Formats: sequence, structure tokens, C-alpha cells
Amino acid sequence: MSEQQHREAGERTGGVLNVFAHSFLVVWVILAAGPLIWVVISSLRPHADLVSDPFGLPTGLEWDNFTNAWTNADIGRYTMNSLIILAGSLTGTMLLGSMAAYVLARFTFRGNRLIHLLFVGGMMFPVFLALVPLFFILNNFGLLNTRQGLIIVYIAYSLPFTIFFLVSFFRTLPTGVQEAATLDGASHTRTFFQIMMPMAQPGLISIGIFNFLGQWNQFVLPRVLNIGDPDDAVLPQGLAALMVQQGYEGDWGALYAGVTMAMLPVLVVYITFQRQVQTGLTAGAVR
Amino acid sequence: MEVRKEREAASLPPTTRLHLAAAFFLPPRLTPQRVRYDRRYRTLDKYRFITWFLSLPLLVYLLFVVSPFLQAFYYSMTDWSGFSSNYTFTGFENYERLWNDDKFWDAMGNSLVLLVLAPVITLSLGLFFAYMVNAGGRQRSNETVSGVFGSRFYKIVYFFPQVLSLAIIAVIFARIYSPRSGILNEGLGAVGLDSWRQEDWLGGDLALWCVLAVLCWSFVGFYVVLFSAAMSSIPREIYEASLLDGAGRTVTFFRITFPLTWETIRTGWIYMGIQALDAFALVNVMVPEHGMDVVPTYLFEKAFRDGQAGYATAIGVALFLVTLVFSVLMMLVGRRDRIEY
Repeated sequence: MSEQQHREAGERTGGVLNVFAHSFLVVWVILAAGPLIWVVISSLRPHADLVSDPFGLPTGLEWDNFTNAWTNADIGRYTMNSLIILAGSLTGTMLLGSMAAYVLARFTFRGNRLIHLLFVGGMMFPVFLALVPLFFILNNFGLLNTRQGLIIVYIAYSLPFTIFFLVSFFRTLPTGVQEAATLDGASHTRTFFQIMMPMAQPGLISIGIFNFLGQWNQFVLPRVLNIGDPDDAVLPQGLAALMVQQGYEGDWGALYAGVTMAMLPVLVVYITFQRQVQTGLTAGAVR
Repeated sequence: MEVRKEREAASLPPTTRLHLAAAFFLPPRLTPQRVRYDRRYRTLDKYRFITWFLSLPLLVYLLFVVSPFLQAFYYSMTDWSGFSSNYTFTGFENYERLWNDDKFWDAMGNSLVLLVLAPVITLSLGLFFAYMVNAGGRQRSNETVSGVFGSRFYKIVYFFPQVLSLAIIAVIFARIYSPRSGILNEGLGAVGLDSWRQEDWLGGDLALWCVLAVLCWSFVGFYVVLFSAAMSSIPREIYEASLLDGAGRTVTFFRITFPLTWETIRTGWIYMGIQALDAFALVNVMVPEHGMDVVPTYLFEKAFRDGQAGYATAIGVALFLVTLVFSVLMMLVGRRDRIEY
């Protein structure tokens, strides 16, 4: 086969494959984004329309759905709860995680490997095994159904992967800088906060995004440990409760509005930082 | 080494020892000058730093992660209800009961179906789409494999479900599957498949397949992104060489791409299996009460609805064993020499 023919054949198969590839890829775009778009569209339609024709387009814009969801169905309150808890848990996770990871990665001492193994081993255990005892531990500490309790549990269960990830990250940083800082008279603490933390920034951002989404989307832990007052529910819990409630009241519009409000901010943040989010989240599977 | 250090410490004058001990609990700037200029100060400084930085994370971790895991194994051998503080040690009674509990085996069966099928389906779709995105493009004269036009757009959209909470996804799909004006039934009606419409998607035997579909749906995008990254790190020369040897795209995929991304596929497989064994949010939110169970939801009901905390932890231990066996099997089965390139 001459080079010319060869190239033509290649182009032809490439062309066929291209059409084939695109049609499959487009089908999955519709499948992946379709349900989400449908929710957003439906959130602008009144309940009666939704029942008679679930696929229809909004005739007018039913903003009442959003006010209903925000005030009556308490989506605003749940969002605040989630934000407050996340502020504490994410800060704590990053701080405690990087502190422990730095020490484990950069200092030799007796028991270093054992402690490292202890932390990393936590990734092997399903959280459901710990759920029942954890419930009663929190109960004994008076932390059940409190924000502090949820914050500290989020931190504790985020530590294994955070430490595992950051230890390998700190190990890749050059040792020379650390030694230079010590020679210049910086204390260990100062070296850590002012030199090593800024140097580890890419790793901290990745694992930070991973923990942010993991904790923001957390459902199992609050479902078990935060069941006292319905007003204290976090966002995913609140939406699940809203679904049950709107099922009785028969107002799907408000439910879709609630889901939209929970969904859109996360999606907007994701689209803005999509590269960082994608690397941050896929870091989770590269163990 | 250790002995010598101890001897040195023992021979110190008591005041110096007191100083050193005090310095251990003081921040560096408050450490007395005499101690700072002591030749042992560097070691002390190091261990002081290690201790202070490690103690808080370790304390939180031991208290809220390690201790409940250990307690679980103990409670699984008691008849503890969870409501009172009284319980007696019953040995393996819970496990015997587990062995004969049909509802548990139903839940376990469902979990195992998810464990086997969810990774296979999700990873196949993920690999297929990732390969299409990376190598399905129109061939240009200077490139052997080329990504499709708009590959970044595809990856962004596919990843959407991954940033949402599974609870939110469950709420959305509960509406989609709903017999009352849910879009699945309406959609089937619209394309003339009225006979496929179901009175109750999530209440009956179909529930497992509905959950499986949602589980796969929400994770495919994650694997497209993961595999895309792995595929784009394969050097172009390898593709060029295979093209010169006359390999088509299918052969290239099975002989080049698949083996070279195997490490990623295997870790992804384990990760997906663990997600499939969870499935708590989906089943708990989507499936109506007394519908199908998976192991985690069955555990949840026993512990927090039926007041059988001891029995529930035995279920937890069973779940842990399945996870362990699965991970170990995957590690052993998929082991092959790492290919360096």
C-alpha cells in the first residue's frame, strides 16, 4: 500500500470513527446533563403543570417555587448549617492533616511507620462498621446532634486519606529549604507554617477540594449523628426530608427549586475551577 | 543508643532535668536561655515539635475512628440493644443469627450484585468514552491519534454528577422513577413503549437495577476523567509504532491502551467496588421503606430503628469482611509487572 493510499484509508476510518465517537459521546452528554437540566427547567414551573406534563417548558417563570423552598422548606437554613459545619471541619481537616503528614513525612523517630500505618489503615475500613459505636461515643461526650460533634467526626474520618496524600506530597519537596530555614534560626513550627505550607500549596489545594466536596456532600454521617432537631439538618439531609414532605404536600415545584439551589452553586464553582476539581477528586482513586 | 541516652539523663543534675522537662511543654521562644544553649536542646526541640504536632490529630483519630472500629468487634458479640447500658456477652450468637437471617442474605445478595456489576459497567463505559475522547478524533496528517473536537467540553459535562451529593442525585432520580408523573414512565409512553411502564419502579424487584443504573450513571464521568489522564500520559511514540505496524484502533486499544492503563483501571475498580458496597444514600433516599435493602441500609435499620445495636455491628463486621476479601482479591488477581515508560 502506497503512503498515499495508507493515509487515505486512515482518514476514512478516522472519519467513520469520528462520527461514531461523537454520536456516542453526545448521547452520554444528554444522559449526564439531561436530568439536571430537567430539574432546573421544572423548578420554574407550577406544580399543576408538572403533574399534567412533566416534559413541558415553563410558560411563565414561577419564582414562588424558589421563595417557597428557601423560606418554608428551610433550604436557606440547611445551607447555613452546612456552611458553618464545613467552615470548621475543612479548616480542622487541613490543619490537623497537614501537621501530622508533615511530621510523618519529614522526621525520623521511633513509631513513625507505625503511626503512619495506623492512619493509612483507616482507609481500609468501611465507615458502617464504626457507625454504631461512634453514635454512642458521641452520645457519651454530649456531642450527639451538635455541630461540634459533626465537625470533629468529619475531621477524624477525613484524616486517613488526607494524611496519606499529604505525606507522599511532603516527601517530594526538597529537603534543602528546610535545612536552610533551620540554619537561619527558624523554629520547626515557623518552618512548617511559613515555608513548607506555601511550598505544598498545589497538594493542599487538591486535597482541600477533595475534602470540601466530600464533606459538603456527606450524607451517611449526619443521617446517623445529626438527627435531633430537623432544623439542624445539613443540606443533603434537608433535601431528602424535603422530598418526603413535598410528597405529602404535593408541591414538586418547590422540591425542584430546592434541588436547583443546592445543585447550581456547586456546579458553577466546579465549572470555574474544573481543572483543579477534576485533579482533586481523581486524586481519590489514585491510592 | 537508647541506654546511653537514659544514663545521661539519669546523671543530670535535677534542676537541669526540670528545665528540660519544662522546656518540653513551652513554646521555643519561652524556653530558658540555659536550656537553649544546652547541647541536648536540638533533640528536645525535635521531639517537642513531633509530639505537639502529632498529638492532636492522633487523639482525634484514636478517639473517633480507631476506638469505634475496635469496639465494633466487641459489641458484635453482645446482645446490646443500644437503648440501655446493659448488655451481656453472647459470643458468636449474633453471627449464628446472621447466618440464618434471610433478610440479611437478601441484602447481601443485592450488595454483591452491585459489587460485581457496578464496577464492570461503570469502568467499561468509562474506558470506552475516555478512548473515544482521546483517540476517536479525525486523523490529522501529523498525529497518529487525536482527541475528538470538544474533548474538554465532554469531560466537563460527564463529571457533573460527581460533584453532587449522592443524596441530591437520589432525590432527582426518585422523581425520575416516580410512578406519578415521573419522566421515565412518561418518556417510555412518549416513544410508544407503554408496555414497559411500571406501576412501581422502586418498590419491587426492579429496584436493584434502578439503583445500579443510578450508581453507574453518577460515576462514569469520574472514570472518563481518570482514564483520560492515564491515557494521555502514554507516549505518542508507542501509538506511532503500532500504527506503522498496521494496527487499527481496536487492536491499538486492546494491545496498547488497555495494558498501559491497567494500574489505573485496577485501583479504579477497587474504588468503585467500595462505592458499590456503600450505596447507602441512594437506597435510603430513593427506595421506599420496606423495599429492597443493601447491607448498609439493613445495618442502619437494625441499629437505629429496631434497637439491635449488637446485631447491627455484627452486620458491620460481615460488611468489613466482604470489603477486605474484595480488596485483597483485586490486589492479587490484577497483579502484574508495572510497565515503565
